[in-house]
Order: sequence, then C-alpha cells, then structure tokens
Amino acid sequence: MSDTDSLDRRRMALYGWMLLAPALILLTTFAFLPTVTTVWQSLFSRGTARRPAEFIGAENYQYLFDDPVFWQVATNNLIYAGVTIPVSIVIALGMALWANGHLPGRGFIRAAYFTPTMLPMIAAANLWLFFYTPSIGLIDRIAGLFGIGATNWLGQPETALWAIIIVTIWKEAGFFMIFYLAALQTIPPDLREAAVIEGASRWTYTRRIVLPLLMPTTLFVMINAMINSVKLIDHLFILTKGGPNNASKLLLYWIWETAFSYFDRPTAAALTVMVLAVLGLVAVFQFRGLEKRIHYR
Amino acid sequence: MPNDSFIRLEGVAKRWGDSVGVEHVDLEVERGEFVVLLGPSGCGKSTTLRLIAGLESPSAGRIWIDGKDVTGLPPAQRGLSMVFQSYALFPHLDVAENIIFGLKVRRIPKAQRRERLAEALHLTGLEGLEARRPSELSGGQRQRVALARAIVAGHPLCMMDEPLSNLDAKLRHSVRQDIRSLQRSLGMTVVYVTHDQTEAMGMADRIVLLKDGRIEQVGSPAELYQAPATAFAATFVGSPPMSLMAVDALPDSLRPSGQGAPVGRVGVRPEHLVIGPADSRHLPAIVENYEFLGAETLVYLDCGGTPVIARIPGVAEFAAGETVGVGWDPEHAHLFDAVSGRRINSAGGGAGETDDRRNVTHAAGRLASM
Repeated sequence: MSDTDSLDRRRMALYGWMLLAPALILLTTFAFLPTVTTVWQSLFSRGTARRPAEFIGAENYQYLFDDPVFWQVATNNLIYAGVTIPVSIVIALGMALWANGHLPGRGFIRAAYFTPTMLPMIAAANLWLFFYTPSIGLIDRIAGLFGIGATNWLGQPETALWAIIIVTIWKEAGFFMIFYLAALQTIPPDLREAAVIEGASRWTYTRRIVLPLLMPTTLFVMINAMINSVKLIDHLFILTKGGPNNASKLLLYWIWETAFSYFDRPTAAALTVMVLAVLGLVAVFQFRGLEKRIHYR
Repeated sequence: MPNDSFIRLEGVAKRWGDSVGVEHVDLEVERGEFVVLLGPSGCGKSTTLRLIAGLESPSAGRIWIDGKDVTGLPPAQRGLSMVFQSYALFPHLDVAENIIFGLKVRRIPKAQRRERLAEALHLTGLEGLEARRPSELSGGQRQRVALARAIVAGHPLCMMDEPLSNLDAKLRHSVRQDIRSLQRSLGMTVVYVTHDQTEAMGMADRIVLLKDGRIEQVGSPAELYQAPATAFAATFVGSPPMSLMAVDALPDSLRPSGQGAPVGRVGVRPEHLVIGPADSRHLPAIVENYEFLGAETLVYLDCGGTPVIARIPGVAEFAAGETVGVGWDPEHAHLFDAVSGRRINSAGGGAGETDDRRNVTHAAGRLASM
C-alpha cells in the first residue's frame, strides 16, 4: 500500500521535474551559469600567459570608480534612459489612444507606427545615418531650405547623444504602442458608455478610467524600456561608435569595448555585475512600489 | 398635439448602412412608469434603449424627454442614469468610488456626495462593502452597486439593459422585486430591456413588444396576455406558449363562427385547452409526452403535425401515443390572420374579447386603461 503510495509520489516528482526541465536547462545554461561566472571573474585580475589571474577582491570595481570614463558613460546612460523612457512611453500612449479610435485607415496607421520596430536595428541605424549626414542628409537638406547651415549631428559632442536618443524614441514608441493598443482593446466599451452617461468628458474618462486600467501595461513597458536603455549597442556601432570623445558612449557598448577591444575581461565582468545589480534593484523597486497602486484584473 | 408624457419617441429609426436596428418607433412613456421593452434578440430593444439614452443617435425621428427635444443632446445632458447588462463597474475603483463617480465628475460638493452615497448604500443594502473592489463582490452585489450608481444622482429616469441576465435564477427573482419596489419608492421612470417574458410580465406597468425593429404591441402585461395583437405576441408572451392551429384543420364545432370561414390560425392558451374523448366535437391529437409539475400537468400533444401544449390542473395521466380530443371554450380562442398574423376579432360566437382592435400602427397611442 505504502509502496504504491511512494511510487506514486516519486512518479509525480519525476513528472514535475520533467515539466520543469526545459526552462531549467535553458535558464541555467544561458542565464544563471553565465551570471555566476561573471561575478566570479570580476573578482580576479587580468591574466596573461606569464602571470596567471589571481584573486584581487573588489579591486576591479575600485579601478572603475576611479576611471572618469566610467562616470561619463554612466551619466550618458542615465540621460539616455531618463529621456527615452518617459518620452517614448508618452508618445506610445498618445499614439495608441489615437489609433484605437474609430478613424478611417486604422489598420494602416497601426502598421505604419509599428514599422520602425519591424526594421532590423542595423537597417534602421543606417537609415538614420543618412538622415543625420552633414550637408547632404535629409535633416540638413530640410534645414537648408530655411537657411540653416550644415550640422554634424553625430560628430559633435553636444548633439551626438541626443541624436541617438531620437533614434531610440522613434524605434521604441511604435513597439510600446502595440502593447498599449492590446491593453486598450481589453477595456470593455461599456465602461466608456457608463462614464459618458455620468457626464465624464473624454479627458476625464481617459484620466480616471483608462490610464489606471493601463497601469499594468505601463509597468511592463517601463521595465522593458529600462532594460532596453541599457541594452542598446547596435545603433552605436553604425552611428557613432560611442564618440566623439565618449559623448555618446553607453554602458553595454563600453562593456563590449572593454572586453573585446581592450581584452580586459575582468573589468568588463565587474561592469556587467554592476549593471545587473542596478537593473535588478530598479525592477524590484518598480514592482514593489507600484504594485499597490496597480489594479490587475 | 398634447405632450404631457415624460418620454416621447416619434418616428424614430436607426439604420447602419443597409441593416436596420429599429424602424418607425413611436412610443410614449408616462412619468413614474415602469416600461419594459421586450422581444427576441435582434429585435431592436437595446437599440431603442440606447437611442433614448443618447448612446446612439437616430437616423430619423425625434426624441423628447420631459418636454425637451433631446434628439441631438449627449447622454449626460438628458438627465438619466443607466444600468448595463455587464454592470460596467470600474474595476480599479472601490464600491464607494464607483457609486459617486458621476457626482465627482459633476463636481458635487463633498459633504453632499457623502450624504448621497450613504443613502444609495442604504437603499441597495450595500453598507459595509464600500471599500471593496468589484472583483471582490458576488454577482448580486455587483448588480446592486450598478443600481446604487444609477440612483445616487437622483435622476428621474433610469435605463436598464438586461440588468438581471447575469444572475442565477433564484437571485433574479428576488432582485426583480427589489428593483420594482426601489423604482416605486423613488418614483423613478424606468425603461427596462429584457428578452425574458416572465421578467417583463412580473415587473412592467406596460410592455412594449418589439420584433424585427418594429413595435408589435404596446400594453399592460394583462392586455398582452389576454388580447395579443399578433400571432407573434401570442406565442412570445406566456409560458408555455400559446398553441396556434390552422382553422381549416378544426372540426366545425371549434371553428370560429361568423365571417363565413376565415382563413387563419386559432390560438388557445394552454390553460384553456381541455382534453376530452377523441370524437367529432374535439380536435384529434396524439399525446407525445406529459410533465407533472405539482399544481398542474403539462401535456404535449401532436395535432396533425402541429405541436400543442395543454395545461391541466392537478394530476393527469396519459399513455404516450394515446389518441385524445382537444377542445376549448370559443370564448378563449384568439383568431389571427394567416398572412399578416394580425388579430381578427370575429363578430359573435368566436373569441369573446371586447372590441379590442388596436394593432401595430396604433400601438404608439397611449392605450386606454384596461
């Protein structure tokens, strides 16, 4: 009796592990193990053929904090995130509210907004490279019509980062709009009618009903936008390579540079660990802090 | 034209492209009246309600509320509230916020808001649930929140779009009484949409029966039951429905007299059918099945291909396949035209109703009291 019981239990346990296995194997191979290795690696010195790597504790981190380039890249990334996240969310929301209305050619408008997201990053960056080209680029041509001279948008420290920011907003807004559109479709039309009967204006309805109901989507989009803001690398390859004078260099690009151009793996690992830690903290804060104010259906 | 009715619809139509929602609806509703728009799905009852509420604008015709032409006015300026089939509660707001949403929108002072909220909570028995979210309420409680939201503003007119269809049968019956007594005590005018004829019969002061976007008959529940204006009204109202039989299939003794031999169908309510011997004075029928329901027995019969239901008081037993005769008192027979389906009041002997000649085209007129 107890034999069949324990057999049963063992069979269920096996079954459970089998269901878990795909996710467990994939996550371990591609997320958990690399993370642990990175943390481990960041604690060692850079090894050469003559001098093997040795344990140096937090020295790599200390080295980073003393490096002015680190602070510039971190500031760049903060500005980049601080501008692209709110602006692309607001534009996405606005476009979604508009494209959700009953206007002619709604499908076309939606598709049009989504196009930037469908373009490969490299293609999009090349497109913008053409827009930004001094003198012969689209922007300077148009500016020329108004008598404004040529500007090297990507080539001067004052404008390079902002040029990258604009490309990102252009690309992200359409992507986030799709999420907002999907969320808007789940709001039953009855709610609008009930609000209208109660005398709510379009704006009141949007502010008091629609926006609160979109909060789960906003949180999701915000976390995505934040991760993307740290993940950006391909635009930089095409557009500025982080220059001029590190003016448009962002974290991931710098990590890549440190690891594969300067072959300083331990420093790159230390940087990666810090990025992961910050991202993790912000995600926890966002979920914890906003959870109470969000209504999940 | 004297215009003392509270709501008046005149020649109202709603079309979407080629499809017709409602066509030529004339209707008047008195102040304080409980009017039920009844009909099968797709008959235009909800459209009519939404036209009155202002959620749809009519393709033709005019609508007056309280003496004011509201045809072009938005819903908020029509002074009415509405209970939706889905209740349309705002899922992220608690009960109290849901109820006073409209008061807040209209910037009613806080003290007054609190007072009205307390009253609405009291009237709907929701005290103690103010802080709950709709997702934490039962179906019946949600329904009451929707009701509270409808009465809190004190609008004299309330639209109800199948407000009970998401409740279970037992609750539906008690809420029916609650809504009715609430409406009476507040003196509200209610326009209520349902496809459930028992709901309509039980609640309405007056029923507006619709079919295919047109008004089929307007009258009190008793009028609709006792003198259906059309064959459709006869079969739609009443449960189990009235049985319709072709006149030429009837034995002479049961044929409506007068007017020679009218072509048409005779309808008899189940409770007016008598089951007797299969002789020449009765319509021969085969017993298909019967159901004993306690106070009565329903007998399902087949009269030469026409299904007929009889309601016999008390216990009755039959053998399936047994041949019996069906008869009725000519006084209780309703005669309908074969083509138009309209009621024909045969002179003399036949149907014994009074001179009830109202028909579809006159349905708009306020009916004389019964």
